[in-house]
Amino acid sequence: MPASESRLRVRRQDSVIQVEFIDRNILDEANIQLISEEISRLVDAESSPRLLISFANVDHLSSAALGALISINNKVRNKSGQLRLSSIDPQIHEVFVITRLNKLFQIHETTEEAMKSFA
Amino acid sequence: MRPDESSPPAQTSTHRSGVVVHHERGELESLQNALDDAMTRAGYAKSALFAVRLAFQEAIANAFNHGHRSLPPETPATVDFSVTPSEVFIAVQDQGPGFKPDAVADCTLDENLEVPRGRGVMLIRAYMSDVRYNDKGNRIEMVYRRGNATS
Repeated sequence: MPASESRLRVRRQDSVIQVEFIDRNILDEANIQLISEEISRLVDAESSPRLLISFANVDHLSSAALGALISINNKVRNKSGQLRLSSIDPQIHEVFVITRLNKLFQIHETTEEAMKSFA
Repeated sequence: MRPDESSPPAQTSTHRSGVVVHHERGELESLQNALDDAMTRAGYAKSALFAVRLAFQEAIANAFNHGHRSLPPETPATVDFSVTPSEVFIAVQDQGPGFKPDAVADCTLDENLEVPRGRGVMLIRAYMSDVRYNDKGNRIEMVYRRGNATS
């Protein structure tokens, strides 16, 4: 996919892939599919991926986005990698709590805290 | 305008019924924006808009992805909504065979946490005050009341 179509901001720091969303709303399934494929490619390219996904810009997400995150988590774990989530708006965090996905994911308040948590 | 005349009151109630929508991003966004605008005019808080937006998106996704799974992609669904200062009513009806909402597995059980699908129905129930389906299971009606527990 050409860089201009990317739905993500990606950078690397201390061998951690840091991902931020460009879109404020992660609701639309076609968009979620693109985001998911883009992150999957990043994970596939690593032998033991260390991935940090920041939700700093995100106002809304849907169950399809949660499903994509679960699939990414499964993929990372299958490669003995580590996934952290950070900077989640309180309203969105409530969605993780309602679905109990706060038990599945390691969620940190800030990217700094999440970075410190990588083994 | 004479001094004793006042501006007409802002429209605080909005009713739309039989809105035909296709699985097309622009059309759905336009309807979502109309719903957001109606709720804003009626004085709802940001948390209420978040709750209703989430429930509406999930209902639409269920209609097209599950209800219309075996139908041509251009098959439309129908939406009714009504926004008053006290409550928001939304109905989404698809043309599919229907489903049994109580048969959806509990996604919050430990053994289901890693299953990527099946959270839409429970999120709708969590964020809306009242949710019901018709007998066939192809129409969802949901109500958000001002002062809902999640707002």
